[in-house]
Parts: sequence; structure tokens; C-alpha cells
Amino acid sequence: MPTISVDKAALFQELGREYTTEEFDELCFEFGIELDEDTTNSDRPIVDGKQEPPQLKIEIPANRYDLLCFEGIALMLNIFLGRNPLPEYKLTQPARMEQIIVKEDTTKIRPYVAGAILRNIKFDQARYASFIALQDKLHQNLARQRTLVSIGTHDLDTVKGPFTYEALPPKDIKFTPLNQTQEMDGEELMNFYEKHQQLGKYLHIIRDSPVYPVIYDSNRTVCSLPPIINGDRSKISPDTTNVLIEITALDKTKLDIVSKMMVTMFSQYTLEPFTIEPVEIVSEHNNETRVTPDIAPRTAQAEVSYINQCCGLSLSPAEICTLLTKMAFHAKPSTTSPDIINVEIPPTRADVLHQCDIMEDVAIAYGFNSLPRAFPNISGTVAQPLPINKLSDIVRVETAMAGWSEVLPLILCSHDENFGWLNRKDDGNTAVKLANPKTLEFQVVRTSLLPGLLKTIRENKHHSVPMKIFEVSDVAFKDLSLERKSRNERHFAAAFYGKTSGFEVVHGLLDRVMAMLKTDFLAEGETPKGDSYYIKALDDPTYFPGHAASIHVHIGGKDKVIGSFGILHPTVLEKYELKYPVSSLELNVEAFM
Amino acid sequence: MASDLTNQILDALSASDAPILSSEAFPSTPSLNVKSALDRLESRQMVQYETLEKEIVTLTAEGQEIAANGSHEAKVFAVVLAAMDGLKISDLPGIVGKENAKVGQGNAFKRGWIKKDKDLLRASADSIVDETQQQLLAVQKTKTLDDKKVVADLKRRKLIGLAKELAFKITKGPKYAREFVKEQTDLTPEMIANGSWKTAHLKPYNFNAKGAPTPSGTLHPLNKVRQEFRNIFFDMGFEEMPTNRFVETGFWNFDALFVPQQHPARDLQDTFYISDPAVADPPREDPPNEPNPPAQLKADNPLDYKKYWDNVREVHEHGKFGSIGYRYPWSADESLRLVLRTHTTSISTYMLHKLAANPRPARFFSIDRVFRNESVDATHLAEFHQVEGVIADFGLTLGGLIGFMEVFFAKMGIHKLRFKPAYNPYTEPSMEIFGYHDGLGKWVEIGNSGMFRPEMLESMGLPKDLRVYGWGLSLERPTMIKYGVSNIRELLGHKVDLHFIETNPAVRLEKD
Repeated sequence: MPTISVDKAALFQELGREYTTEEFDELCFEFGIELDEDTTNSDRPIVDGKQEPPQLKIEIPANRYDLLCFEGIALMLNIFLGRNPLPEYKLTQPARMEQIIVKEDTTKIRPYVAGAILRNIKFDQARYASFIALQDKLHQNLARQRTLVSIGTHDLDTVKGPFTYEALPPKDIKFTPLNQTQEMDGEELMNFYEKHQQLGKYLHIIRDSPVYPVIYDSNRTVCSLPPIINGDRSKISPDTTNVLIEITALDKTKLDIVSKMMVTMFSQYTLEPFTIEPVEIVSEHNNETRVTPDIAPRTAQAEVSYINQCCGLSLSPAEICTLLTKMAFHAKPSTTSPDIINVEIPPTRADVLHQCDIMEDVAIAYGFNSLPRAFPNISGTVAQPLPINKLSDIVRVETAMAGWSEVLPLILCSHDENFGWLNRKDDGNTAVKLANPKTLEFQVVRTSLLPGLLKTIRENKHHSVPMKIFEVSDVAFKDLSLERKSRNERHFAAAFYGKTSGFEVVHGLLDRVMAMLKTDFLAEGETPKGDSYYIKALDDPTYFPGHAASIHVHIGGKDKVIGSFGILHPTVLEKYELKYPVSSLELNVEAFM
Repeated sequence: MASDLTNQILDALSASDAPILSSEAFPSTPSLNVKSALDRLESRQMVQYETLEKEIVTLTAEGQEIAANGSHEAKVFAVVLAAMDGLKISDLPGIVGKENAKVGQGNAFKRGWIKKDKDLLRASADSIVDETQQQLLAVQKTKTLDDKKVVADLKRRKLIGLAKELAFKITKGPKYAREFVKEQTDLTPEMIANGSWKTAHLKPYNFNAKGAPTPSGTLHPLNKVRQEFRNIFFDMGFEEMPTNRFVETGFWNFDALFVPQQHPARDLQDTFYISDPAVADPPREDPPNEPNPPAQLKADNPLDYKKYWDNVREVHEHGKFGSIGYRYPWSADESLRLVLRTHTTSISTYMLHKLAANPRPARFFSIDRVFRNESVDATHLAEFHQVEGVIADFGLTLGGLIGFMEVFFAKMGIHKLRFKPAYNPYTEPSMEIFGYHDGLGKWVEIGNSGMFRPEMLESMGLPKDLRVYGWGLSLERPTMIKYGVSNIRELLGHKVDLHFIETNPAVRLEKD
């Protein structure tokens, strides 16, 4: 969730009163934003010799792009408090509409563009800083680090339309980038900004493309090279009065949202507040010729009965409409159907997709904590554990009762821990491997519980010996026959660490657990009567030669190997940095389902 | 022998009812031995005693030697006197020893006991009084020395030291007897067989010590908390979901939950993607034994997986079911990427889709491991447990969700809740649940909840009026708050202290 810093005094002035931290926190809580910090009593940084005034740091829900700047927070809280109506945003009708003419080659790299003009805007330092910060927040969040959408803002008086949006080979684009003095071409620019702290991370978006997107004015002055940087010529400043906003994108919907946010948040500072001068986009090749921005409210319908049912209320359509006003909607009961209200979704509310979003806003306006409490009916559901968990619990409890301690290591481990350190080979068809772990500790999903047990012993060497530990949990295997190409398997494993090998102790635990699972020991030559188990000497490099056994069960008339136990091989102990012998046991409990 | 001493004490007391002093009755017995004998008698109420502490003068090793054999100067005088014709100075160390010769010769001169005649020493008196020896002998006997000047002098010469001595004033106790009866340490089968238990005295039990440690196995603390949660769910009619499936597809983990494909949660920094195996199949019916959908969910009508897939694509790409959708080009490849599940909500989704075959009220829960590609710190691990509950029913209200949460959390001893509007891509409304923590004196976020979005449910084929609550919390966070654990690695993983596991008390969420 993004966090926005706003000037406390300025915000309270906008809201028309002072709030204590607690009061403001309460207001945020009810509205659905979160006051993270009030810096009034903190050490605040000194900027240009002046201490930063107290800030409120506010966490914003990730889908409320209209709250990403001071202007939006102040506006929406004022509407919520009933102090302001939602402004009516208007497009002006200029005598000659500015144009951006789109060339077809842009489809190869960044196909969509939109524009808007804020004419006769009056910035001051704070407004200007907020204007820049909003672009940054939109770039980081909705625009996914400028990959999907990027914004360029220009002093319209320094350039001359009509503008063209083109895609050209990097060599053919020559201009002086923002705040630089020397002219460079597209390739040189990439090298120049390669190490740049802010811009370096955006270069990859277009760097390897044969053509770069670029916006020219009618004099072939480069306005911007989206999504990297603007030209220096059209640089804006707090003194700029006519601002051209151009936005380019891969994603049309997000382009539209960003356009709306930029103009709705800052058109309040134009000479005639809340007016926006549109720009015509001429884009014949992809049928995208249109006038932007589109700030017309979207009309949606919501059912009164649905809203009342979900909220557990019995509000009249008129009451619902009144509540919706607090959430920046114009809503009116339908004249044709008593169960319908017509809701105008303003351009600021890109988050509304379905009537459930309107229903939620009714609930917020009513107050979540004021909603009538109920207890949902028990509709005859039957409680029951997952069968494999019930079986696991039997094994867990019996093992603990036998004097063993349960441990809970991690499921992810390194490739070595899972294979090489246990003297096991990876055949490539066994383990699920991770593509993007941050550390070598997490390379594979374990296929055995042993690494976790051995690491637990390694970290507990200060504990008295013998240590007797166990775990009943899942491992995972590749299984290409399944939709998810893998499956879990419930395992039981135990390890004994002490001055003697504990081989017989572990063997005894196996016998005990088998007895508790009603599985009889089958001596050599005996014919199985019911479920039974037997063990056989096993040659396995994980274990000390001659001191390992495979565990066989005879269940439902079928023989199956379910696991093994033995004294671990000293080379295994060495890898896990264990100085005393270890005997371990591991088996698949699913055989007992 | 200590047991003799107990009888000696009883003997000493037998003469009269007057108290005796251990320092007088047993002057040569170390006071520790006396004390242990007295404790034994006192615990049987045979004697009573009080401890007296006094300062005493003791002899150093050198002091003891002088008390026994005389001072250095006296020794020197004796040999000089014995040598009728004078003693050669250079012979002295050979006779009395180096140390005696050095200190004793000087002191003997000082006292005028001997004099020097060229290279000979001659006695200047026939007899002397060895004061030092006498003083030390007196100290040895009385352990006191009144003359402060002498004390200082002897102390300076390192012949005496000062120490504390314990003495005991002993009187008869209510159960005084002349004989200390031999005690049995324990009741034995023989005593029962031969009847000697009737007269036997059993050694009194030490009620101040702990009993013998009992060897025991134990369950893991986090699993004990998990079991408490499971019990709460079972109490309230919930069925446990088959979460034994770590690997999920982008479809089940995200797309089916109406999480758009560009959502930050799907970034490489947040989600573990799988490199091997490479790519999943589109959703389809599981083989009958994998992973065992609970019996009551066996489909009455076969589910149309292709339809589900298409619905999900459409609702993202163009909107459907009354939603305008996210309006972006939806990628099937992205949906078929394999991930480690980032939440168990992927399994809830799987279960709700199964429910669409025969829509009806249902309550599901799970508590299992989830994976996030997080940087590890005190409160974050790449793995943790998610507690998740789902209620599907007709006509559910938001107030019902709040009411249910109040009952649910009250069962864990959290009685004051409030709800904050929040955002979550798959629930609308979404509410963060805050609980008032008395110990911390503040509101603490304890979980997330909401009603699943129609885009998610109607894509599955569930009817519009079947509404579904979902809520979730981590198992670790409330456990850490409850038990004051500050680092998640002390609770989950191989670095957990085994001693902590073994000594962690039983979990009683409603009480602790």
C-alpha cells in the first residue's frame, strides 16, 4: 500500500479545523485510510535551512489512485465530511484544439497516447511539488514502474503544436534531455543514463527495441522520449502557466485512469477551477482517434435490495443516494424501477467495477462499526477434519507420548541440503525447483523431512543429549500427470542424536507407531493376516553400511515400501556439522489412509 | 561421622533444659557439620537452635607453626645458647633454616637476646620469655585477643587473621528424645511385607525442592496454537480444506481470485515462481484420489472447467456478471505459470468452485503453510502459516461477518474488535480487523476479512445470491503477541530452541 506524506497544517486548513492525532486517526479509520505517523513530535529533517513542517503519513488503499496526492486526500475527506460537493469537471472548448498525431510505428513499442492541457494554472511551491509527486506515485504504482504508462508534463508556451507521436530508430532521435546541456541521440542517451540512480532502472523498457517512442512538436523539438525522460526545452517550473500533459502507454485502461487522475487532481488550480482543455488524438491506423481526456462520469446501476441485503440494512433509495454523496458519487433513484438507483461514477473513482463496490461505499458511509450486528445462521454444516490431518495427528500425538519432541523446520531448503548432503542424487524428475529465490537457502521444495530435522539438531547443539525430535508434514514431488505438475506427500520423520547411535531407539519408535496404527509386525516366513509391516536390510548411501532398513507394509493385500531408517552415514553428519551419531526414520504416512 | 554428631548433640542436651552453645560443646567440630546435624534434628523438631555469629581470631599457617615450636628469634636464641663458644654467623642458616635465620637473627638482636662478636653470635641472656609464642598459644585456645596493639602487630606479621565463626545456641525441641532413630529413605515393598512400616520413621520430604524431572515428549508450540484454532473452527461447524498442495498455478492462486495479472503481488519480489516443472495445464478435474475432495463435495453435476477458464478470462479482460472488469489483455501463459501458493485462498477458491456443482451453505477452514518471496527479518519469513475461514450461505450480511468475527475472536480471548474499510482485490467489502490488546494498550491489526467479489464467485457458476465470507490471519502473529516472542525465527524453522519447545506450556487461547 502506498504511503503519502501531506503537510499537516495545510491539510487541516483545507478541512476547516484542527484535529488531534487521535481524532484524525479516527477519521482515517472510518474512511478506510490509515494514519501511519504524525511527525509533529519527531525529529524532522532540515531542508534548505528550514525544518520540515509536521507531516501526516497516510496509507492509501492500493486501488484509490485519487488519494495519491494532497489534493485528492483533502477533496475526498471534505466530501466524506459533507463539507464539499464533488466538483463538476468540465472540458473547455478551445477555438483550435491541440492535436497529437500518432504514427503507426508506435504500435511496435508503445501504442497508446493521450493528452490534456491545464490552461492558466497557478502553481506555488507546494502545489508544484505535489504535481511532481503525483506523477511519481502513479509511475510507481498503477503504471508498474513506468512499464505500462508514463507521464510527461511540459510548458506549452515553449513548444508548438500540432504534436506528433512517433517511433524512430534511436540514432535518429537527437535532443537535449531534461536538465542537461548537451544534445545526444537515443543510443548515447542510454549510455549516459545507464548508471543514473533514478532513471537507470527504466531504460530496459525500451532499450533493446529497434525503435524508441518520441513526441515532437511541429518544429521537430523533442518533447519527450517516453517512458524515460522529457526534453529540456519544454521543461516546466512553478512559474509555468500552461501545462501540456502527454501520457503514453501499453495498456489503454491504465492510460485512461492516469489521464483522469492528473487532470482531476490539478484542474482546481486553473483560472476557472475544474476546467480542462482537451487534446485531440489523431490515430487512424488503430481507430484510436478521439478527444482526451474523457472525464465524463460513468453511469452505473445498483440494486437497492442487493445493497440492503449485503449491509443488513433497510434503507430507502433516497437514503442510499445521500450516503453515496459522502463517497463522491452523484446517485439518483431510478424513475422506472423502485429497486434501482442510478449512480454517476466520477472520473476520480477508477476503483468502481461492480455494484459491490458501490455497496461497500454505502457501508463505509454508514459506518462499518455502526452496522447492525448479526450472527450468521448455522445452516447445518458438519465439522470435520481433513482425513490426512487426522491421521497425522495420531502419529504426532503417539510419537510425542513416546517421548519425542515435535519440531517445525522450513519447507524450502537448498538443493545441497535436499540431495548432495544426504548422499542423494538429483535425477531431475523429483524435486520442485524455484525460479527466483532471494537466497540459496530456498532453492527447492524439500522431498524429505531429514534436512529440516538435521538443521534443527545443528542449531540446538547446546541442548543435552540425547535429542529425540520428529516432524509430520508435507514434502512435494514433481508429478507431470497432474494439472499442477506436482503433488504433496505427507511424511513422518524422526531423528535421534546422542552418544550412542540410537539405531534401536528409532527402530523401537517405528514399532510403536506401527502398533498404534494397528499394523502388525510380520516375521519372516509368516503369512500376513491383516495390515502388517516388516523391514529389510537396505543398501543406501544416506546410511551407514549394514545399518539401514527399508520399511515395507502389507496393506489391503498390497505390498509397498513406505520408507526407511538407519544410522546416518558419517559423511552426512559432517555436512550438517554434527559430531555425534544420528539415527533417523522417514516414512510416507499416506499408506495408512 | 555426622550421624554420631546428632547423637552427641542429643547427649549434650540431655543433662538439663538449659541451652548449650556449640562453640563450647563442640569446639573442634567445623560449624558446617554442626549445622547440618542441627538441621536434620530440627526438621524432626527434636531440637531448636539459633545461629550466633561472632568475630574470631585465627592463626595463619606461620602462626600455628610459631605456636607449636616457638618464634624465629627464640629458635635462633636456642641454637646460639647451645653453642657454648659462640656460633659462626654463616653457619646459622644451615642450622635453623634460611627464613628463621633472616627474621629471627634481627629480632633476637632487637630484643637483646644475642650479640655479635666478630663473625660469631653469642647469647646475652641465660633464658628468655618467647612472648610471641605465648600470645599465639592464647589465641589458639580462646580465639580472642583483647590487646588491639598486639592484634595489629601480629596481623602485620601475618601470624593471625580475623574471621567470622558461626556458633549455635541449641535447646531441646518439642520432640526431643535421647536417641536419633535411624530413618528409612522411602517406603519399600519389604517394609510392607514384613510390617516394619508400622514403626519405621520415614525421612521427612523436602517440600521446598522440585520433584524428579519427568522425561517427556512434546508437541510444537505453534502446532498447539494451531490445534486451538482448529478446535474453534470445529466448534463452529467448519470442515477442514485439503491444503496439502504447495504448488499452485497462476490461475488458482491469482486469476480465479480476480487478481489482475499486473498486480504487484504477482511480482518476482513477492511470489516464488517454479522453474521446474515448467508450466501447468489449464484447470481440469483432478484424478479421483488427488487430493481427495471431501466426500460431501463430490460433484452432483460435472463441473465445466473450460467454461470457468473462459469466464475468468472474460471477467478480467472485458468484464462480465455486472462488472466492467479490469479491461486489459489477459494472458493464458501467465495463468499457467506455476507458483508456490502465496495464500491458502487458492484452496478456498478450489473448494468454492467444487461447491458450484451443488451450491449450498458450507463452512470451510484451513491452517497451513504459505510462501512469500520476502526478505527475512524479525517479523517476516519466506514461510508462515495462514489461518483461513470461509462461510458460504444465502443472504449473508456484512453485519453477520462482523458478528461472526466477534464470536470467533472471543473464543481466543479477544473481546474488543473494530473494523476498518480496506482494499483487497478479491473481497468487497474488505475489512481489516483490529483487536484491542490490553497488554500493549493499543489496537492491533489481527486479520483481514471480507465478502468475496461477485466476479470471482459468479465465474465459478455460483448463484448470485450465494454470498461468501472469507477471512484470514497468520498463525504466527497472534502467537507472537500472545507469548511475547519478538522474532519469528524463534517460533518457526530450524533455529527454534528445543528447550523452548519442551517447556512451552499448554495453549489456552481463551485464558492466557
